[in-house]
Amino acid sequence: MARTPAELVGAQPEPPFEITLDGRPVAALTGQSVAAALWAAGILAWRTTRVGGRPRGAFCGIGQCYDCLATVNGEPNRRACLVPARPGDAITTQEGHGRADLSV
Amino acid sequence: MPTSASEPYDLAVIGAGPAGLSGAVTASESGLSVALLDTSGQVGGQFYRHPAPALGAVRPEALHHDWSAFTELCRRQRASDIAHLAGHHVWAVTREGGGVWAVHAVTGADGDGERPVCVRARAVLLATGAYERQLPFPAWTLPGVVGAGGAQAMLKSGLALPGRRVVVAGSGPLLLAVASSLAAAGARVPAVVEASGYLRYARHPRVLAANPHKLAEAATHGAALLRHGVRVRTRSAVIQVHGTERVEAVTVARLDPSWRPVQGSGRRIECDALAVGHGLVPQIELATTVGCATRRTADGTTALALDDLQETSVSGLWAAGETGGVGGAQLAQIEGELAGTAITARLLGRPRLARSGRVDELCHHRDRMRVFADVMAAAHAAGPGWAHWLTDDTDVCRCEEVTAGRVREAIDDLGARDARTVKLLTRAGMGWCQGRMCGAAVACLAAGGGAVPPPDERRPLAVPVPLGVLGALGSPQGAAVAAEGAEAVVVAEGLRAAEATERGAVPDAADPAGKADG
Repeated sequence: MARTPAELVGAQPEPPFEITLDGRPVAALTGQSVAAALWAAGILAWRTTRVGGRPRGAFCGIGQCYDCLATVNGEPNRRACLVPARPGDAITTQEGHGRADLSV
Repeated sequence: MPTSASEPYDLAVIGAGPAGLSGAVTASESGLSVALLDTSGQVGGQFYRHPAPALGAVRPEALHHDWSAFTELCRRQRASDIAHLAGHHVWAVTREGGGVWAVHAVTGADGDGERPVCVRARAVLLATGAYERQLPFPAWTLPGVVGAGGAQAMLKSGLALPGRRVVVAGSGPLLLAVASSLAAAGARVPAVVEASGYLRYARHPRVLAANPHKLAEAATHGAALLRHGVRVRTRSAVIQVHGTERVEAVTVARLDPSWRPVQGSGRRIECDALAVGHGLVPQIELATTVGCATRRTADGTTALALDDLQETSVSGLWAAGETGGVGGAQLAQIEGELAGTAITARLLGRPRLARSGRVDELCHHRDRMRVFADVMAAAHAAGPGWAHWLTDDTDVCRCEEVTAGRVREAIDDLGARDARTVKLLTRAGMGWCQGRMCGAAVACLAAGGGAVPPPDERRPLAVPVPLGVLGALGSPQGAAVAAEGAEAVVVAEGLRAAEATERGAVPDAADPAGKADG
């Protein structure tokens, strides 16, 4: 019986590369979304909400709910479940709407 | 394929799942020029979602039912000259002059990058599928609570699990498929928690007998669950999630026939994730915005009303698959072929094509499977008692963080009777997801219980669109869409300008990056 998803489908991926979440290294595979790479590393939250500051991560997994919004390489409001992970991506936990720099 | 950029395609198919793929290859093989638009980089839709080639999966079929039907569709697609437009997020379908439709899309993995696109075609097939219906419960916003379909999607394409010990809960046949996939992929599934009972299916023995493929599918999942020692608890629901930063356990309670939790029946189950969902909702915004007629399905969702050959009430717009009512991949493929044939018959002026023996056969299969879909929807329709598992501090709207207490206040104290009034008073349904996650719940609460009624709102923009894209449209039609859609743009991007947008005003401020968020 398979112990991992990769074992179940007989995955033979290319060697993993590194992305970071708030500076912490996370291994990712070519073909994985940012959210899938974070889940595979046991990370479930990468956003805090605008009102309550509560942690959120991927929920619907298909780009419909916008709960998985993250700041990717400085750009906020990217749907982590749709954006493919690329070598060196710097993911940062998005606080609120992610545009604190525009506040006056 | 059109020989110049200005020449329209014969057919634009929106959605490359079983329905869209089937419609596209059928029309293309009959001689039509076809553009196939889809948000994903790969065809397959949600049902046949699969790992990217770089992940090197040698057994993708291990996560699928009926994989060979998909590989055959792919073979036909590769042999065709269909223009596959991957990474296209369609935000509107509009009518142009001369019987031509304009399909507007933003592009990129999440629609955030690159250029906007307008594809013109003489006919449109809407095969946009469905998304999962959610009903809120205490602490369902905690990380580790994920959609059942979401867990399935992340597993199928990303080979990732939300946890090692995953409770699967909600209602509907998808739960069994999700639980057996998770277990096969190495997760422990301490319980499948189904709010309905399966006995309701038994009231329709003739329908079951006429759909042996569905019984076989259920038996496959049932056997897999037995093999993995997964227990299915019917007439039960998760009524509380425990944990501070992430899921640590859930409380499962028995439900009475109205889905009201039975007092004192709560049992705690340790887990590190919960995959939850209450069936699927047809994704039909593109069609309802154009004015297509709808119908109410047996589980209270809204689907497109279609004629015998899959055409909507708006001439020139066809639909197939879940958009006409949730019924599964095989039904979707049949309807796609029917629509593809009907479109070919219309555009090539060959009405006899639509009266062939093959069409009769497809109609027969479709009707039989639609009856089963109705039985399935009725068996899993939400009972009105679900609202009893809400506490006042339960978030109902995940995006705007609107609690059940505030929704009830809008209803009980301020007199709201429908989802739109609740939205105006509380912002529930006004966030990024445009009410997709909370819409069913808010509508049900506003209606004072009963079966979940469909939200009757039109969303002029089906996905968030940067203001710059609308501004660049330039044409009078584009300006009209822009004005009508201002609310949705602003809402989707989270700008707090509710008063202005409710009047339909176009916000005049855009940030330097040309995006409408603030």
